[in-house]
Amino acid sequence: MAEEKKFKKNKLGLAGWFAGGRYGAERYAYILHRISGLGILFYFILHIFVTGSRIGGPEEWESTISTFKTPVFKFGEFLVFLAFAYHALNGLRLVLAELGFGLGKPTRPVFPYVNSIRRQRPLFIAVMIVAALIMVFGGADFYLLGN
Amino acid sequence: MKESTLWVWHIIAGVVIFVLLGIHMFIMHLDDILVALGIGYHDPISASSVFARSKQAFYMVTYIVLLGAALYHGLYGLRNILFELSLPKAGEKIVNWLFALGGLALFVYGTYVAIAIFTSV
Repeated sequence: MAEEKKFKKNKLGLAGWFAGGRYGAERYAYILHRISGLGILFYFILHIFVTGSRIGGPEEWESTISTFKTPVFKFGEFLVFLAFAYHALNGLRLVLAELGFGLGKPTRPVFPYVNSIRRQRPLFIAVMIVAALIMVFGGADFYLLGN
Repeated sequence: MKESTLWVWHIIAGVVIFVLLGIHMFIMHLDDILVALGIGYHDPISASSVFARSKQAFYMVTYIVLLGAALYHGLYGLRNILFELSLPKAGEKIVNWLFALGGLALFVYGTYVAIAIFTSV
């Protein structure tokens, strides 16, 4: 029994993330959301094993983390922190939009049109400001304050 | 399981991670700012800090919840990306099994570590 394909084949593949047409800010937010998500997932799986090494006791833990106390790893951790701040705040916007918050009631399409972009753009700008603040605080904590 | 059910769990896991990973990042990476505000402590990854946290029930439980939520959210997200590339049916099956078993294995490992250190003297 031949199974019927429900969807058209995705011909663009990964290139479609970047070269699918004239993109607005939300589309770039989507691309960055995926890239930051992949980066966080990669870090997270390694993180499970690194933090799992504390099963060997305090000495083994200290020797494990001493491997990662170099400028390169510190910068890598900072990148993960930036990805976290972006992904968390943009994800908050996506959840709010998914659940229908802040989109307003459906209205007749009378000029000037209130489209979804006009409704959602202020929320996008607001969450990006919060994300930028967290990134600035994180940068200060990583590189200016303390040790 | 229905695809829409998996998607709803993806969103629920995202909200759980938003809260728990938010706390985690404040403790681990905004420690100096918290100390300046008088509510945090320095050097959160030193052995004494790490083991002090691991022996508290709150951290043991939330580590396991965060581990499960983050594994589900991350692997489902990667699965979404892969499926969007029009994989052949067999490829989708391989991804489903690989991610389900791999995620479960990582969850069991992380949970074992969290519980073993919490219960050790």
